[in-house]
Amino acid sequence: MALTNQRVDVPVIVDESKCLEKCHACIEVCPLDVLVKNPETGKAYMKYDECWFCLPCEKECPTNAITVQIPFLLR
Amino acid sequence: MTNTQHLKTDVLVVGGGTAGTMAAIKAKQANPEAEVLILEKANIRRSGAIAMGMDGVNTAVIPGNSTPEQYVREITIANDGILNQQAVYQTGKLGYEVIQELDSWGVKFQKDTYGNYDLKQVHRVGKYVLPMPEGKDLKKILARQVKKHKAKVTNRVMATRVIVKDGRAIGAVGFDVRNGDFVVIQAKAVVLCTGACGRLGLPESGYLYGTYENPTNAGDGYSMAYHAGAELTNIECFQINPLIKDYNGPACAYVASPFGAYTANAEGHRFVNCDYWSGQMMLEVWKELNSGKGPIQLKMTHLDEDTIAEIETILWSNERPSRERFHQSRGENYRTHGVEMHISEIGLCSGHSASGVWVNEKAETTIPGLYAAGDMASVPHNYMIGAFVFGRLAGTNAMEYVEGIEHLEPDTDWLAAEKERIYKPMQNPDGVPHTQVEYKLRRIVNDYLQPPKNTHKMDIALNKFINYHDTLDLMGARDPHELMRCMEVHFIRDCAEMAARASLYRKESRWGLYHYRIDYPEKNNEEWFCHVNLKKENDNMTLFKRPVEPYIVDVNLAEEYDVKVTAN
Repeated sequence: MALTNQRVDVPVIVDESKCLEKCHACIEVCPLDVLVKNPETGKAYMKYDECWFCLPCEKECPTNAITVQIPFLLR
Repeated sequence: MTNTQHLKTDVLVVGGGTAGTMAAIKAKQANPEAEVLILEKANIRRSGAIAMGMDGVNTAVIPGNSTPEQYVREITIANDGILNQQAVYQTGKLGYEVIQELDSWGVKFQKDTYGNYDLKQVHRVGKYVLPMPEGKDLKKILARQVKKHKAKVTNRVMATRVIVKDGRAIGAVGFDVRNGDFVVIQAKAVVLCTGACGRLGLPESGYLYGTYENPTNAGDGYSMAYHAGAELTNIECFQINPLIKDYNGPACAYVASPFGAYTANAEGHRFVNCDYWSGQMMLEVWKELNSGKGPIQLKMTHLDEDTIAEIETILWSNERPSRERFHQSRGENYRTHGVEMHISEIGLCSGHSASGVWVNEKAETTIPGLYAAGDMASVPHNYMIGAFVFGRLAGTNAMEYVEGIEHLEPDTDWLAAEKERIYKPMQNPDGVPHTQVEYKLRRIVNDYLQPPKNTHKMDIALNKFINYHDTLDLMGARDPHELMRCMEVHFIRDCAEMAARASLYRKESRWGLYHYRIDYPEKNNEEWFCHVNLKKENDNMTLFKRPVEPYIVDVNLAEEYDVKVTAN
């Protein structure tokens, strides 16, 4: 089956200048498990568009690198 | 090749949310020597319905304010008489101990200047609402107690089926949602605490995960209990809530109405006489919206600055703290704007209504060794305190049950078949994405199951849900994470079929909007004063009537109900 990659505006924004390579705090607390590390940069990013905008990732980030926006469709 | 992990425990708790963490703690308290394992597909530190805490207790029966008997009367009326009063009584009787224990663990409840719990009235008669303005760390506190009690935790493993042998629950199977391992857990007893089916209907925003419930709660336990052969009940009594439009979270009237906020139509007039969420209240909301008098709103603009600031502090730090940025991004403010409200999509959740796995007052399902607690266990209007109470009952009783019981070896052919079923989407990585398969399924739920219900629409729904097995076979997953979502769509399909069949079976209207049938618009106590239960029998979904258990608290339903209607 043919698949296409669609662009999506994602709710979880990571400030890479603040994100710590060895820290997994946001990844561990996400109920939906949507955050992963970019293997090349060691920075976290939102890989799956399945956000409940519940905020544990933002609250538990030790460097305040994360901002959660309300998903575009609800905003 | 998929790696297989074999685990063994005495009591297995599936789902580490409100009920599950309490079940594990209480099982360990009952027997510290025995092994207790929590299986959680997220991480128990922030999982379940209260991932970001809770802003209040809705069903606190505190001596001096109310009694368990009054509470049972209140819920009997709110649920139109269809309940097992003995089970509801447990929440009334044990809730106070639960609150005291949570208090001792550091959970903060609002107290007055004399140090007494500061209860508010939202229900029709009694005071049961206890604010928790500092309830944001509830889940972290529970996770700490789980660790302290030495219950084991396996995070990021999702259960797919309960293993049943010789008629009893002997474990569960699932897979690691990160590395993809097949996981087989043998247990002497299994406690299901997987929450609501919050991804049944599709939110009007169209965002699959913009649900009222934590979207990880996809009806896992409803489906697993069904396939284990357990009875489910009151499935046709849907969960439908009045929520912030688009945001789809609570506004929250339980927090704001004790301060003087109220639900109003576009002209600012009240149209519900009680903000307690019941099917009757939702019918009033539905009628108002359909009469052209909308939009409806939670009105706070008349309150003074200090009061509004206090409400903001509570609402913006607990339960759904992103409410703050939602309002701000729209340039809205409680001082100048009402909060526009809407009716949610349908779901299954006994925490708010009554749909769930049938349990008795000991949290036992109809399968020996299988217990259920929390939103997925049918104890009407049980809310968070009910989840704690039934988690506690399930943990304690499961530990008692396992004494003298031996592990049983799962059937290898059955395990192989389940493994094949789980991993099928991985064999087809370019298959239809789970997002599209789920979207279509939930849109069908909206189109044909959303009340008002009628036979023709539900016949179409049922037919589509049955045929949807073929659509599920088309799904593809590229990694274990996508596989998790695929298996959740299987759970949602099962719940949708149950919702259609149970709604077709009960040929009357009951619970206000929750089961409002155009073709049977009246309540019919002569034929339908009973539970509608269902279970899997010879691979078929069988429905039947189960008599309502004898009342232990007298309630004159006709009298109470008439008073309620005329008061509007």
